[in-house]
Formats: sequence, structure tokens, C-alpha cells
Amino acid sequence: MPSIETFRSEISAWLDENAPQTIAGIQLGESGGNWGGRHPRWDHPDMKPWLERAAARGLTAPSWPREYGGGGLDPEEAKVFTQELARRRLPLPLTGFGLAMIGPTLLRFGSEAQKREHLPKICRGEIRWCQGYSEPDSGSDLASLQTKAERDGEFFVVTGTKVWTSYADQSDWIFALVRSDPNAKKQEGITFLLIDMASPGVSVSPIPLISGASPFCETRFDHVRVPIANAVHHIHAGWTVAKALLGHERNMIADVFGVSERKKGSRGSPLAGLARGYLGSDAGLLPDAALREQIAQCELDERAFGLTVQRSRDAAKAGHQPGPESSLFKVYATELNKRRTELMVKIAGPAGLGWEGPGFDEEEITRTRGWLRARGNSIEGGTSEVQLNIIAKRVLGLPD
Amino acid sequence: MQLILTEDQELLAKTAADFAAERSPVSRMRQLRDRKDPDGFSRALWKEMAELGWLGIPFPESVGGAGMGLAELAVVLEALGRKLAPEPVLPCVLLAGQALLLGGSDAQKSRWLPPLVAGEKLIALGFQEPRSRYDLRRVATKAERAGEGWRLAGEKIQVEAGASADAIIVSARTAGAERDAAGITLFLVPRDAKGLEIVRQHRIDSRNAALVKLAGVTVTAADVVGTLGAGGDLLESVVDRATVGLCAEMLGSMSEAFERTLDYMKQRIQFGVPIGSFQALKHRAAACFIEIELARSTVMAAARAVDAGDAEAAKLVSLAKARCSDAGVLVGNESVQLHGGIGMTDEHEIGFYLKRARVAEMTFGDAAFHRDRWARLSGY
Repeated sequence: MPSIETFRSEISAWLDENAPQTIAGIQLGESGGNWGGRHPRWDHPDMKPWLERAAARGLTAPSWPREYGGGGLDPEEAKVFTQELARRRLPLPLTGFGLAMIGPTLLRFGSEAQKREHLPKICRGEIRWCQGYSEPDSGSDLASLQTKAERDGEFFVVTGTKVWTSYADQSDWIFALVRSDPNAKKQEGITFLLIDMASPGVSVSPIPLISGASPFCETRFDHVRVPIANAVHHIHAGWTVAKALLGHERNMIADVFGVSERKKGSRGSPLAGLARGYLGSDAGLLPDAALREQIAQCELDERAFGLTVQRSRDAAKAGHQPGPESSLFKVYATELNKRRTELMVKIAGPAGLGWEGPGFDEEEITRTRGWLRARGNSIEGGTSEVQLNIIAKRVLGLPD
Repeated sequence: MQLILTEDQELLAKTAADFAAERSPVSRMRQLRDRKDPDGFSRALWKEMAELGWLGIPFPESVGGAGMGLAELAVVLEALGRKLAPEPVLPCVLLAGQALLLGGSDAQKSRWLPPLVAGEKLIALGFQEPRSRYDLRRVATKAERAGEGWRLAGEKIQVEAGASADAIIVSARTAGAERDAAGITLFLVPRDAKGLEIVRQHRIDSRNAALVKLAGVTVTAADVVGTLGAGGDLLESVVDRATVGLCAEMLGSMSEAFERTLDYMKQRIQFGVPIGSFQALKHRAAACFIEIELARSTVMAAARAVDAGDAEAAKLVSLAKARCSDAGVLVGNESVQLHGGIGMTDEHEIGFYLKRARVAEMTFGDAAFHRDRWARLSGY
């Protein structure tokens, strides 16, 4: 197909001219790249011009419509763009919840005014978004949320507390679920609301985790006035929006923890390599038979999961509906990441017990904190137990 | 490698599923067991499978085959596995048949493969011995020179389809000690060979299996299958292929056992509600579902890798067998438990699935064996 190759040479020429050489292959910080916002942090000074040039060309959101600041690329062109970035080892010009979560949600559910107001700012990296779903008394039972939104003319007055609001301390806007009708059934009185974090009455404090620092915050709303025009979709119909977004979030989490077929085999067997470093080897075999079998089991789990993700994608590419297998991605990917990080600490033995300071190297401490952080994987975004309930009900058809 | 069925494969799967449901309900397998059928399977149904072209799937057209691969045979075996059909596709088509296809002389192929594909002759492969466990290369059976030919002495156990086979291919040691990797040769022994004794064995799955005793059986140089002393490598390739077929069968059996169990959980009322409404049971069902889905991906990948001659094929075969072994036994055990008392009775069919799952688990190596093989192939 000549047109796609024409596109490839166009985009290659543009990248050669506009992508700063200095950021090719750079190590990104913990959060992984440009998150934008009113108070941006740059992993490298040239990440700023990179964002600006890419945004001007619509390449921060390559497949969004051009009228909202996107690139208007079709899926095949978007894939070529990703390939060309990867080939040059260039970081994405922009990342974050605006592009990954609220943007697609507005494209699907937002009013024309909301799209025109918010999407271009997301594309330019001007506004950083966070998510306000869970509350202190509403975890797995999310629909029981109690943050009040009382009508006052053309405004909602919002009062309540949201927890696990990732990066709220660095975010400019929040998309939140609020109870707009306390008398309706619990799923039917919820509104999906966009709130400017600079509004009077919003306050944020971080929540440290067992792994030490964390991106999580508690966000309080004390009589915060929000225009009713900031409700996405219909007032009281926020649960529909939330469910669509949650499905998206779970896929994203599965992507993050899942082992893609692309990555397989490229680095041999990292777990076995790690074990060899700590245990040595006995005639080519790992000397600890029990640990060796656990490593093999973990690799089999990873590979079987990677193949299942591939099977699902192959089916989607062939135009089939998503099969039942996609329902297991979140629970399996996160449980697997827990097992894997735990196994890495076990391989290190006593060297895996360090919190900070002398006697432990940086990698060991990161690994151990990674194990602690991974405990949260099967809790955030819907616990494993809730995921199993969903499989039992929706896929297996077991009765309530 | 695309992990989806082609349109032709979908069609084959549908044909096989209809055939298995109509011609091979599980009650048929029970009848064969109850009347102690000497074959343990139906020769008439075997002939029908040949007429459908299934026995020729992994053979070239030159011997009457379809020139297709494991990906195609797998969908047929999955359908047969759903109904626990005991016809000897694995031992005859995949073990013995593939040994002849990969290693046999032109004369051996033209003599044995066309009648095998046509469903007229049965050939088995004896590779397990009392001490070998899952090690294909632990061979105590000896082959000693006898004039122009060889004299075989030893014993093979649980030779599937052995009780009815017209010929049996056996591994024997032409050089080295019992545990040496090299020095193994395969020999084709006709059923009427002097000194060959075949005794039917009865395993929990009621399928055709036999003790094959070789008391100084004489064969000719023309009965050697493959290269002298290189039988271990040939055996490993052949068993890898058969393992993929077995995994497909296991996938069918575990899927059916699980679906039957889900149905039971929806209709069995205790404490005034269907037992499937209890969360403890829901989570166990969801765990089985996950394992079956992962197993399916690995079986599809292994079949395609072997068909393509992928360098990673052996690893993917071990991946599939490790997962199917664990998942099969998990689902078998959970199926009986979730059926409660009725699941313990011989009258109910669910127990057949557990019995077959256990045999399949230990055929061609259990999960621990394949984890170890995966680790070795990965260099640790």
C-alpha cells in the first residue's frame, strides 16, 4: 500500500527534523515521561520542546480528531507512528490520565462544549488530570460512594473525601463520581463531574504506602462550587460513564503488568539470571531445586498469559468480538506481578530485606519496595476478589 | 503465528464436535468398559474417522493423508476429548505414525502408512519401561546383533493401543548403558513375531494399553526405524508431536467437565438456593475458567510452533503440557468436589473425566517434568 509508506516517510522526515536527539533512549523518571500540567516536571530540558512540537502537529494524541487537537491518524498510521518512535528510541511526547482516561471518555460521552474546552488542553499538555472514584467507606463497593453534590442554581456544591487519587497533588483537574441524588438507587444517583482543583475548598494530602513514597493522595472537597455544565453525560447517569472508564483502566493495568509477546525472549531468562547472581550455578543448573521450579513456574505463567493476550488481540484484529478470555487479564496480570516480585525477593534472600542505607544496593532496595508496592496491584482498579465475582457472573453465568 | 482458528479449522471443529456429540456420547465409553471390550474402542467408529479423513490429517498426500498439521488435528482431538472418545488417534496416528513418517524407510512408509490412514491397520509405539518414568532415553530393553538382524529383549509398559496393534515400534538399546542419552534405536516388530508377548493392561481410564514383553524377538535390519543409535532424538520429536495432540484432547475434556460442573452449580439447590450462588464456589469456578483459558492459548501456540518448525517449539510443547497437566487435574478434582456425593458415584459420568485427566497428566511427563524441561531448554 503506497499511501501508508508515504505516511511513513513523511512522519520519519518530521521526526528527524523535530525530535531532539538528546532525549533518544533517556531513562525516564518513576512516573515515566511528560505528564504536562500547570506545573510540569521534565526528565530532560529537551522534553519540553519535544512536547510542544509534537502537540503542534497533533502527535500527542495521534488518533484523536484534528478538531480537538489530535492527529486524526487512522489505526494503521498510528501504529506506524509508534513504530517510528520506538525505532528512534524516543519517549512519548506526553502521557497521563488525560490522554489515557478522561480524553477517550469525553470523546465518547462529553458534550461538544466539553470536548472543545478540555481536549485541546489535554493534547497540549496544559492540564494534568487525576481520578476521584474511591472513598474511605467505598472501596470494592464503589457505587456506595457518599461525596455529596447538592444543586444550587447552576452549580453543584460538592462535599466529601476521595482516596487513592493518584498524583492529585500535581494535578490541575479531577474527574470525580459524586452523589447527586441521595434518594435514588445507589447506581442511579451518581454524576460524573469535572472539577478544577484550583477551586476554593479543594485540599490534597499524600498517602504513604507500605512501600514508602507513593503517588496516592487523599482529596477533600469542602463546599466546592462546580458548574452543572461540568457534568459528563447526563446528570445522575455517571455510573454508566464510570463503568466504561473502569473497563478501560483494567485493560490499561493489564497492559502495564502483562508480558507482551514483543518483549518475550529478548533478554533470556531474567529471573534465572538474577538467581545465578545470588546462588551461582551447579553444572549449568541452578543449585536450589525448589527455587528453580518456582522460577520455571513463574515463566510459564508469564508466557501463558502473554499468549492469551496475543490470542485476544489476534481475534480482535480478525474482527471477532472480545472473547471471554479478556475478563481474566486484570486479575491474572496483577496476581502474576505479585508472585513475580515476591519471587525476586526470595531469590535475593537476606539481601532482599533492605529498606535503605548501607549493605544493600540500589537495585535490591528498588526490588524489595517493588514487591511491597505490588501488593496493591490486586487491590487498585478493582480487587481480585471483585474480578472473580465479575467472571463468575458475566462470563460463567453463575447466579447472584 | 496467529492464535486464531482459520475458517477451514472452524469448519473442521464444527464437524468434529457434531460427530462426537452424535456418535460418541460418554455412555459409549462406559459400555466398552462394562463389557470388557478387548479393543477398548470401536473399530467401526475408527473406520468412520478414517473415512472423514481425520487419521490422515498429519500425513502427506503420497500416503493418502491430507497434508495438514497439528493445528488441524488438535481441533479434532479437542472435540473427541470432550466426549472421552477412546479411539487410538494418539498412539497410532501421532506416536507410531509420526515415528514412521519422520524416521521410517520408504518401504516401511509405503507398507504401513496407507493402511494406517485408511483405518485398516493399527500400529503402536512402546517407549515406557518399569524404571523409565518420563525419561524417554532411559532404556533397559536391549538389542543385540543376531546375524544380519537383531535380537530384542526387554519389557515395555502401558503401550497404548498395544493390545490391538498389528505392529509395535519399540525403543531398544543398541549401545551404551541404561541411562545414556545416545545409543537408542527404534525397531518395528510385527504382532506375530516369535517371542513377542502382549498382555492387556487395565488402567483407570479403561483405554487400550498393554504390557509388551520381548523375549529374544528377532527382527531384520530392515525393521530398524530411523538411524541406528539416533532413536532418542527421533523419539523426542515424535513424543513432542503426540504431546501437542494429547494437550488438545485434555483441553476438550477439561472444558466439557467444567461446563458440566457449571450446569450442575446452576441447578443444584441447597439451603434454598443454587449452590453456584455461593461466593466460595464462584471463585473456585473462576479459577478453573482462568486456567482453561490459559491452557487453550498454550496449546494453540504449541501446535502452530511445531507445524512451523519454530526453534522454540520444544519449549512451547513443555509449556502446554505443564499447564494442561495441572489444569486438567485441577478441573477434574474440582468437578468431582462441586458435584458433591453424586460426583463420587460410578453412575455419574463426571468421574470418568477425573480418571482420564489423571492418566493424561502422567502421559508424556507430568507438570513438574515439563517445568524441569522448560528450565533446561532455557539454560538454567
